[in-house]
Amino acid sequence: MSALIKSSLARKVVMALSGLFLVFFLGQHFVINITSVIAPDTFNSWSHFMGYNPLVQYLLQPILIAGVIIHFVMGFALELQNRAARGVRYVSYKGSANSSWVSRNMLISGAVILAFLALHFYDFWFPEMAYKYIEVNPEDPTRYLVETAHKFEPMWRTLLYIIAFVLLALHLLHGFASSFQTMGVNNKFSSGIKTFTKIYAIVIPLGFIFIALYHHFNPITH
Amino acid sequence: MKLTLKIWRQKDASSKGKMVDYSLNGVEGDMSFLEMLDVLNEELINKGEEPVEFDHDCREGICGTCSLQINGEPHGPDRLVTTCQLHMRKFKDGDTIVIEPFRAKAFPVIKDLIVDRSSFDRIQQAGGYISVNTSGNTVDANAIPINKHAADEAMDAATCIGCGACVAACKNASAMLFTSAKVSQFALLPQGQVEATERVQNMVRQMDLEGFGNCTNTGACEIECPKGISLENIARLNREYYSSSLKG
Ligand code: HEM
Ligand code: SF4
Ligand code: FES
Repeated sequence: MSALIKSSLARKVVMALSGLFLVFFLGQHFVINITSVIAPDTFNSWSHFMGYNPLVQYLLQPILIAGVIIHFVMGFALELQNRAARGVRYVSYKGSANSSWVSRNMLISGAVILAFLALHFYDFWFPEMAYKYIEVNPEDPTRYLVETAHKFEPMWRTLLYIIAFVLLALHLLHGFASSFQTMGVNNKFSSGIKTFTKIYAIVIPLGFIFIALYHHFNPITH
Repeated sequence: MKLTLKIWRQKDASSKGKMVDYSLNGVEGDMSFLEMLDVLNEELINKGEEPVEFDHDCREGICGTCSLQINGEPHGPDRLVTTCQLHMRKFKDGDTIVIEPFRAKAFPVIKDLIVDRSSFDRIQQAGGYISVNTSGNTVDANAIPINKHAADEAMDAATCIGCGACVAACKNASAMLFTSAKVSQFALLPQGQVEATERVQNMVRQMDLEGFGNCTNTGACEIECPKGISLENIARLNREYYSSSLKG
């Protein structure tokens, strides 16, 4: 078991599985969020469900937070090892000749996502926790859309979200397909998997950008 | 043609090295990269200076001894060739060429452009073999039926010459392509099944012990490999590793 924890391949699996889990979560998050544009009542009732269902609150939410922490702590740890593995740096290193920028800079896109997550928690998670567990307000299944739309009134926040989603797209353009290779999947399905992951990596973040912009330009005034 | 060469010079393993500039005339397109360095060394020796040390043996792309990071790429800008097969016609008159040793903590510099790649030998020794009884009634390998596709893939993996370009190219100095080729060439064949479980476990453990980095699937190794070893081998190594881990 301890050998497994030290193994570079075991760490890679942790990276891939936590990454895939986050990709799955991202899709689910998107489906809920898009209802804020196309079906406001559904958005309110789903958000209320997510906020008050004990299974979601006490099981899935902790798993998600653990998943994020494992993923980025492992990401930083592996990157440190990888830099040390070079030893003396090259005077001339032409990475662009043999690999994509996104694949070489997962730590940069990841770090931006991490910074974004801090803002995102500050915007939504902390106020939500305070509302429910500190101020102990009564349940109000109609408040979610107004609160969400209100957040996107300032241009600066909308812009920061957009930047983060662009970096998320870059992270996933390499990461999503890469996790299949890590899991040992490289076969006749691989070109299909690559196409699917690239579409997902672009469409989902674009969708989030659309939602942010929609609420920015359609403020709810009451 | 006339070239400016920026070459890493380092007296021995414990000295600090530095880049030194040389200008070289009379280089011809038909020369190989190593012949170009021979010309430089000839000049240096005539001037009473220390020649530039570099590794080479077969000079026909089969032994894996030559190395060199040339303008930021292992084995230079051409594809599917080793440095000994790289021709000077790939460069232009007046070019500046930066020549460095392959860089990895697990490939320490011995002198100038020569690095110690015995870490690869130790990975190989950790499991890159099969049990064949060579005394008494040796069985003809061809007597064992092998699926054509598997035989071809094993042969492709076996063309790895152990040059280390994959490590040199990788931003993580990972040795996964090399190790995966050495695991795959046996994993695909019935003869390789006897030690299959220990082989992959031991070779990966040795790879980690040597201080190579972790693969992040950038694919740089596959592009720079002079033998075209494919990333499919790394996926196979991963599968072999996981299934052998589950077997315990
Ligand atoms: C919280 C900040 C994050 C950091 C610091 C981070 C960092 C990293 C790093 C360093 C890698 C390794 C590079 C590689 O293996 O190619 C990686 C891989 C990956 N990341 Fe992230 N990441 C973060 C967030 C995310 C998020 C939110 C998602 C998904 C929505 C995600 C999905 C992935 C995937 C799928 C991989 C590929 C795993 C593999 O190659 O096997 N990451 N991440
Ligand atoms: S996999 Fe390719 S680049 Fe790596 S050692 Fe073998 S031949 Fe050289
Ligand atoms: S000297 Fe043998 S491969 Fe280049």
